[in-house]
Amino acid sequence: MTSALTLDHYLIVSGFLFALGMAGVVVRRNALVIFMALEMNLNAANLALVAFSKFNKIVDGQVFAFFIIAIAAAEVAVGLAIIVALYRRKQTVNVDELNSMRR
Amino acid sequence: MNVHDALFWTFSIAMLLCGVAVIANRNPVTSAMFLVLLLVCMAGLFVLLEAFFLAAIQVLVYAGAVMVLFLFVIMLLDIKAATKRRIRSVAAVGGFGIAGVFAWELWTILQEPVVSAVRGPADFGSGFESVLKPLFTRYMLPFEITGLLLLVAMIGVVLLSKKDLR
Repeated sequence: MTSALTLDHYLIVSGFLFALGMAGVVVRRNALVIFMALEMNLNAANLALVAFSKFNKIVDGQVFAFFIIAIAAAEVAVGLAIIVALYRRKQTVNVDELNSMRR
Repeated sequence: MNVHDALFWTFSIAMLLCGVAVIANRNPVTSAMFLVLLLVCMAGLFVLLEAFFLAAIQVLVYAGAVMVLFLFVIMLLDIKAATKRRIRSVAAVGGFGIAGVFAWELWTILQEPVVSAVRGPADFGSGFESVLKPLFTRYMLPFEITGLLLLVAMIGVVLLSKKDLR
């Protein structure tokens, strides 16, 4: 089966997903949604790694993607715990209202 | 266009639309649901790239565990939907300007001919074994450190969730 898809196709999709995640981080003000956008960024990186792995026929890219998924899981757990602790103290997750370090 | 290409375009376009929905929705629960859909589409792309192990892990860990954690926290915190904010024109112009520069850059790169780089061993397998074997041989130390990191994260979360930090 011949496929017209090249590495570029996957990299462009990955780049667009990363741009969307970045836009979400910049535009949104809800800390939880910002966190979700960060997950999109990590997934975009994963897609690029796996695509490189497939097209260069080196399996290491998939191993890296595996590590990224494991670390993302740890990161989500810690991040959400921080958001919950923050909400308990300030009663908000709006990042515009969390400016106590600026004063 | 064969099935492989059709699936690629379906998954990619669905994934990017879900990405737009994640950042455009006012309600965090809807955002989280679209993120689940996005992660499943990403698992589909992994299958197309013959990374079957990662596709399984993606659905189990991301769409399963991580998103459940997200939804749990959203429900716990009882967050209201975001209100509409005023957009500052200076920031919008600046943002679109930078986006345009990057789009132009991407366009110039795409004009270059495609380099088909095929290196590496010819016996590149796609089964679980070819992915899992490096984890226990070449990447043994990082694998163990990841386990330690998960333990540290767990202890950190328990500590952060305590009522009074002392």
